[in-house]
Amino acid sequence: MFRNIGQIILLFWRTLLALPQTWRQRQKVFDQFFEIGNASLLMVCVLSFFIGGVIALNFGPVLVEHSMASVVGGVVGLALAKELAPVMMAILIAGRIGSAMAAEIGSMSVYQEIDALRTMNINPIHYLVLPRVLAVAAALPMLVVFSVLVGWFGGAVVANYNHLMDIPFRVFFANLKDIVELKDVANGVFKSFCFALIIGTVSCHQGLTTIGGPRGIGRSVTKAVVNSIVLIVIFDYLLTRFLLK
Amino acid sequence: MNDATQTQSSQGVGLVVRGLRKSFDGQEVLQGIDFTVRPGEIFVIMGPSGSGKSVLLKHLIGLETPDAGEILINGEPITTPEIAAKYRMALVFQSGALLNSLTVGENVGLYLSEHRLKSPEEIEKIVVEKLEDVGLKDVLHKMPAELSGGMKKRAAIARALVIEPQLILYDEPTSELDPVSAVVIGNEILELNRRIRVTSLVVSHDRDLAFGVADRIAVIAEGRILTVGTPAEVKNFPDPLVQSFLNADFKREN
Repeated sequence: MFRNIGQIILLFWRTLLALPQTWRQRQKVFDQFFEIGNASLLMVCVLSFFIGGVIALNFGPVLVEHSMASVVGGVVGLALAKELAPVMMAILIAGRIGSAMAAEIGSMSVYQEIDALRTMNINPIHYLVLPRVLAVAAALPMLVVFSVLVGWFGGAVVANYNHLMDIPFRVFFANLKDIVELKDVANGVFKSFCFALIIGTVSCHQGLTTIGGPRGIGRSVTKAVVNSIVLIVIFDYLLTRFLLK
Repeated sequence: MNDATQTQSSQGVGLVVRGLRKSFDGQEVLQGIDFTVRPGEIFVIMGPSGSGKSVLLKHLIGLETPDAGEILINGEPITTPEIAAKYRMALVFQSGALLNSLTVGENVGLYLSEHRLKSPEEIEKIVVEKLEDVGLKDVLHKMPAELSGGMKKRAAIARALVIEPQLILYDEPTSELDPVSAVVIGNEILELNRRIRVTSLVVSHDRDLAFGVADRIAVIAEGRILTVGTPAEVKNFPDPLVQSFLNADFKREN
């Protein structure tokens, strides 16, 4: 992966330079955006509900035992907004959408469709990469907002109905409101925007550099997902450190 | 003045290749290729599989960069940045290379729609016209996967025609086709050349196609041009490699 990092940065830079083409490519951006939303929204909701629930289940009884039932809402709220929703959703989208991007563009590379575009003087970065990167960069932060809200609800349901906690919804959300600030949610959304750029660029790069037929496409899909996740985790630390200031 | 620059008034362009060399992983695939294609002629490059034909074609359309040598379009190096705007060139890929996510009509009109050269109504009219030119009807809204091999190649030719090329390159246009479809494609190449005087460069190992359509033929083997001439001259060229390629046949003893 690290051998390709220069190429990935270069592709990202070229995609930034292609930004003035956005209006021209708006239809493709919308198509990709709705595809990402359609493919992921239900999964995001289910996953987030249970992540919120499991956080409450792990920390709630311990906090209640130490007479800190009043902070369960804050713990679940902060964990989801600052860390779990952005990272888990980014990993989900890397697997669900990044893999599809790498497979589609990889197949186009192998079957000479990208060469065909070049012979028609159509820049593959404008035609393929820009719409995908923009669509995922718009969709992932929105999915993270959904994820945070559904996760909070999941945590509240578990905290309310689990016999080890029995924390009413009102108390849970009052505490969440006291501890979690809008800035915390905004930080999480900003992180997810950066992760989206990583997923889009890495997946498109893997697709464009695919060689060697169906086996090559399979290899590219795996690499796109694994490399995206590794970079997401590294950037998660760096961004969290930066946002702490 | 060389052949390539003599007839600039015709629609086709001239092409000169000089000392072209290319290596991949230390293996020299093109070992100094020289030839000239005259404006408006059908020039066929023949050779066995693996002789470097497709790599040569990719150099001519700018998809590969040579290690040494030069390619001139009407006397201007292909590496000149303005060359793509000045001369229109098209490549018909061996596989057709139609975009599988688009309909046949969208594929054929892609150049015009992406470069915003015409209104959608005009594009549709041109697309239908070009598809009819290559004998395809009622395929506008079909997906490439629904077409036969021959139809895909003809759709790819229609896509190339939309560019109104001055130089059209064909990569193995009759491979994987039955003899009847191969003849249809060969006639298509002849007809286009006659009608719009486009310079056509065909890369193929199909002997029937080469001798049926070519004004001149070059034979390439192991990355080198063995001979260039009219079909009759090439047929009588005494080189054993050329003769073995042209006369290869099954030997069945009863």
